[in-house]
Amino acid sequence: MNNSTPNLKPIIAIKDLKKSYGDNHVLNGFNMVLNEGENLVIMGKSGSGKSVMIKCLIGLEEYDSGTILVMGKDIRELNHEQLDELRTEVGFLFQGSALYDSMTVRENLEFPLRRHTKKFGVIKDTTPLVMEALENVGLAQTVNLMPEELSGGMKRRIALARTLILQPSIILYDEPTTGLDPITAKEILLLMISIQKKYNTSAIIITHDVDCARMISNRMILLVDGINYAEGTFEELSTSTDPKVQAFFK
Amino acid sequence: MNSIFKIVELFNVFLLEIGELSYFAGRFFKEVFKRPFEFKEFLRQCYYMGNRSLLLVAVTGFIIGLVFTLQSRPTLQEFGAVSWMPSMVSISIIREIGPIITALICAGRIGSGIGAELGSMRVTEQIDAMEVSGTNPFKYLIVTRILATTFMLPVLVFFGDCIAIFGSFLVENLKGNVSFLLYYNQVFDALEFGDLIPATIKTFFFGFAIGLVGCFKGYNCKKGTAGVGLAANSAVVYTSMLLFIIDFVAVFVTDIFYDL
Repeated sequence: MNNSTPNLKPIIAIKDLKKSYGDNHVLNGFNMVLNEGENLVIMGKSGSGKSVMIKCLIGLEEYDSGTILVMGKDIRELNHEQLDELRTEVGFLFQGSALYDSMTVRENLEFPLRRHTKKFGVIKDTTPLVMEALENVGLAQTVNLMPEELSGGMKRRIALARTLILQPSIILYDEPTTGLDPITAKEILLLMISIQKKYNTSAIIITHDVDCARMISNRMILLVDGINYAEGTFEELSTSTDPKVQAFFK
Repeated sequence: MNSIFKIVELFNVFLLEIGELSYFAGRFFKEVFKRPFEFKEFLRQCYYMGNRSLLLVAVTGFIIGLVFTLQSRPTLQEFGAVSWMPSMVSISIIREIGPIITALICAGRIGSGIGAELGSMRVTEQIDAMEVSGTNPFKYLIVTRILATTFMLPVLVFFGDCIAIFGSFLVENLKGNVSFLLYYNQVFDALEFGDLIPATIKTFFFGFAIGLVGCFKGYNCKKGTAGVGLAANSAVVYTSMLLFIIDFVAVFVTDIFYDL
């Protein structure tokens, strides 16, 4: 487990979040706080609304009611430009990596960099930044390859590099180890820990993987029936006698 | 009673689709003048759309010119009017056959391609990834593609028309021993600006419709691989329908101007 104690300064706060698709109530009043420098793991069954929750958090999905504050800003009150600016502070690692398949690895990394002139100014030569991001994930040699030439684990690392290149304060990981073999999954987890140490980022990690939760979490939330059913450290939850909580650790 | 409800429901879906397509078009016009301009991507799309459709348009144009002349020749011969062949071929190809056939080919070739490409980007969360990185996927993916189809279709139609008229000349040359100079003199004698300008203007609208519907279907693709197939397929069907409607309106408007 990641034992470093984070500051208790909230960086994301979700209050009474509700989201439905027709009669399917996915989130029924979800509450959560992410503190600065913290790794918060959210576990839940498939279809429990974990991914919907982080998509609401970044403004990819509309929510029915509740409040989401990211770095003190209510995301519902932001216009398009302000939301885009805030998004440069929040990285998102997709479950399927979501690399742009018509672009090389270099172009994938350059794409957001060249379009955020407010944060980075006009960058004439992006090579040093691209190479630094790729070296961070140990894949500098892939700079001119196309995504189709990469393995699943490599794609996940490149996606992480693309997230890091915008120097975000918060990273949202949507099932970062799903679909990877145990060795590659462990490599990705170690990479996530090293990135947190190096850049002092805060992170929300959505996962089913108990090993992942054990290794990386400072705190955990179990999402059941659209609410935060249980909350605590890995030790506290894994030793809980509540059968619903125990079901996650069997 | 049930069938009436079904018809009403279908009509509702149709109106909803029209509303969403109009909103999408409105967003295009809003974004097209906003900075930053994705000029490099626009040129890349122009190249892909133009270059990849060139051979298909050329072959189809050539065959249309050839077949059109072969089929019309016996009838004109009966009336002793074979000398009218270049005029007839040029006017019908430039005014109508060239633009509509090329547009339909491009709807199949380019429209379905855009629908499938954007659909698979949506399904694999690439569009979401652009959005969360704070970049504007609409500007990069949609505006560039719609502009590229709008500007490339007239070029393809012009190219297709030239090839079709050349195909027609080949038949006349073989069957009637007509020289290249004589044939093209008659072609240009028959044509007026009144034939060229309305036909060219409508090709811009055709191009816009191909890009708009392809992008709309792909961008709003439902999740799953079946969604991608459906996006590509419906892009072609809707575009083809829209092309005929635009063509009808264009002919109607042109006719009003002729009358004036």
